[in-house]
Amino acid sequence: MIDSSLKDIAAALRAKTVSAVELATESLARIEAGNAKINAFVTVDEGGALAAARAADARIAAGTAGPLTGIPLAHKDVFCTEGVLTTCGSKMLANFVSPYDAHVVSLLKNAGAVMVGKTNMDEFAMGSTNESSHFGPTRNPWDVTKVPGGSSGGSAAAVAARMVPIATGSDTGGSVRQPASLCGITGIKPTYGTVSRFGMIAYASSLDQGGAFARTAEDCAQLLSAMTGHDPRDSTSLERSYEHYGADLARPLAGLRIGLPKEFFAEGMEGDVRAAVEAALAEYRKLGATTVEVSLPNARLAIPAYYVIAPAEASSNLSRFDGVRYGHRAAEYTDLNDMYCKSRSQGFGAEVQRRILVGTYVLSHGYYDAYYIKAQKLRRLIAQDFAAALEQCDVIAGPTNPTVAYGIGEKSSDPVQMYLGDIYTVAVNLAGLPGLSHPAGFGKDGLPVGLQLIGNYFTEAHLLNTAHQFQQTTDWHSRAPVF
Amino acid sequence: MSLSLDEVRHIAKLARLELADGELDATLAKLNGIFGLIEEMQAVDTDGVEPMSHPQELAQRLRADVVGETDRRAAYQAIAPQTEAGLYLVPKVIE
Repeated sequence: MIDSSLKDIAAALRAKTVSAVELATESLARIEAGNAKINAFVTVDEGGALAAARAADARIAAGTAGPLTGIPLAHKDVFCTEGVLTTCGSKMLANFVSPYDAHVVSLLKNAGAVMVGKTNMDEFAMGSTNESSHFGPTRNPWDVTKVPGGSSGGSAAAVAARMVPIATGSDTGGSVRQPASLCGITGIKPTYGTVSRFGMIAYASSLDQGGAFARTAEDCAQLLSAMTGHDPRDSTSLERSYEHYGADLARPLAGLRIGLPKEFFAEGMEGDVRAAVEAALAEYRKLGATTVEVSLPNARLAIPAYYVIAPAEASSNLSRFDGVRYGHRAAEYTDLNDMYCKSRSQGFGAEVQRRILVGTYVLSHGYYDAYYIKAQKLRRLIAQDFAAALEQCDVIAGPTNPTVAYGIGEKSSDPVQMYLGDIYTVAVNLAGLPGLSHPAGFGKDGLPVGLQLIGNYFTEAHLLNTAHQFQQTTDWHSRAPVF
Repeated sequence: MSLSLDEVRHIAKLARLELADGELDATLAKLNGIFGLIEEMQAVDTDGVEPMSHPQELAQRLRADVVGETDRRAAYQAIAPQTEAGLYLVPKVIE
């Protein structure tokens, strides 16, 4: 049953042909059977899931169920969950049982969704492959020798492997869209400020945004609608009236103007990805859309600007991990400063330490203007490029990732090679725009290819409508991996 | 540009990270790779461009100065490495 759409599952729950406990049991059994191979979950909360499922069944019986009541779901381990281990993929937090829930977690709890566990991720969400996790790499269900993408690789792999129908993620430079693409599912990062960051462990606060994974755009719309809303505990949470992102799904695409940034279609994209993306665009034209070339002239600078701004914010955010109030403390040290240094060096992995060092450097005296302010100026130019391009089209489309999933270990020794894979996704975070990735076909070795849609601020419903219409005439999203 | 070993030692100290001597060269090489990528920024003329620190150009909200949180000290300290009498313990700083 958990392979059905959320709409069908909810209908079956209402009709009492299935119970929430049965759904949770099915999800837990899938995890039990597959997790040794995929390593998508860091924590499985069987007891909590069954208790939540029983409560959901009671709500259904009482007639007070919502659309997500009784639906099994997984949270990326970046979201704090009260009473449940919240590791952020790090040794630093390997023992951290959160004393409170993230806003997203409490919203979904109140909606009656049933959390079955916490998913694996790149340490502190810093990575594009899930290889930097302290708990070992997550494996791509389409080929277990390949990376699932990152940093929300565990959530993407869990949905792709049909362990859960929906999962949460966070996206700082592509960490929802890129693993959705590499795992052949749908993922959306909304406009910055839409999803509260309260209780979502911070990486780069001006870029971090929660997002949703599902097999289809329709189900992403359902999940995202339950994750959003103003939260006074996050000073950047926007005060906007409630919106159901699925309200516009049925609108036909006739007349839709799709902008194709010429910089995204230049060198760098592999041939198999290009073929799938071109075929998907042809499908969009069949659905009545027109395509127009647009330009994002500063797009190539998004990676250098991102790899200044994100580490700068990270070096500040991660200074809270000092071995005093929570997290790892070294067993032996000589004085307070030595305790800080040893606890942090033991608790953080190599990639996290590198980004802290880069961030510390670009914020240090004498380099602040040359790096940090320079990157912020480029950020402005990149945002202005999007604004200009979105005057010529309704939505921007292109590849999510320049290649299909690559081998575990293939790029882990050279961070720069890994960073370059973020070329199509990071600019969206710098501008704060919404972005979505949906399955667009298959490339080399039968691995999934994603198409990225980028819209103007607050056009999530339109992006989901666009992807939903595509998914009415294609079946890439319903293909399941065998692992 | 490229960093020197002394600069790496200095920023590690600022960041309260302890790099073992054996890791220094490898760390330096990787950081210089990253800075090689970052350096591409310098080719663009950004004179007169206003830095963008945030996607929202909003002022910070104010709220009434009333107590909104309950006292959960015990729950927060239960996960601390070392506490005593409601205080977080750290090594002695002043002799």
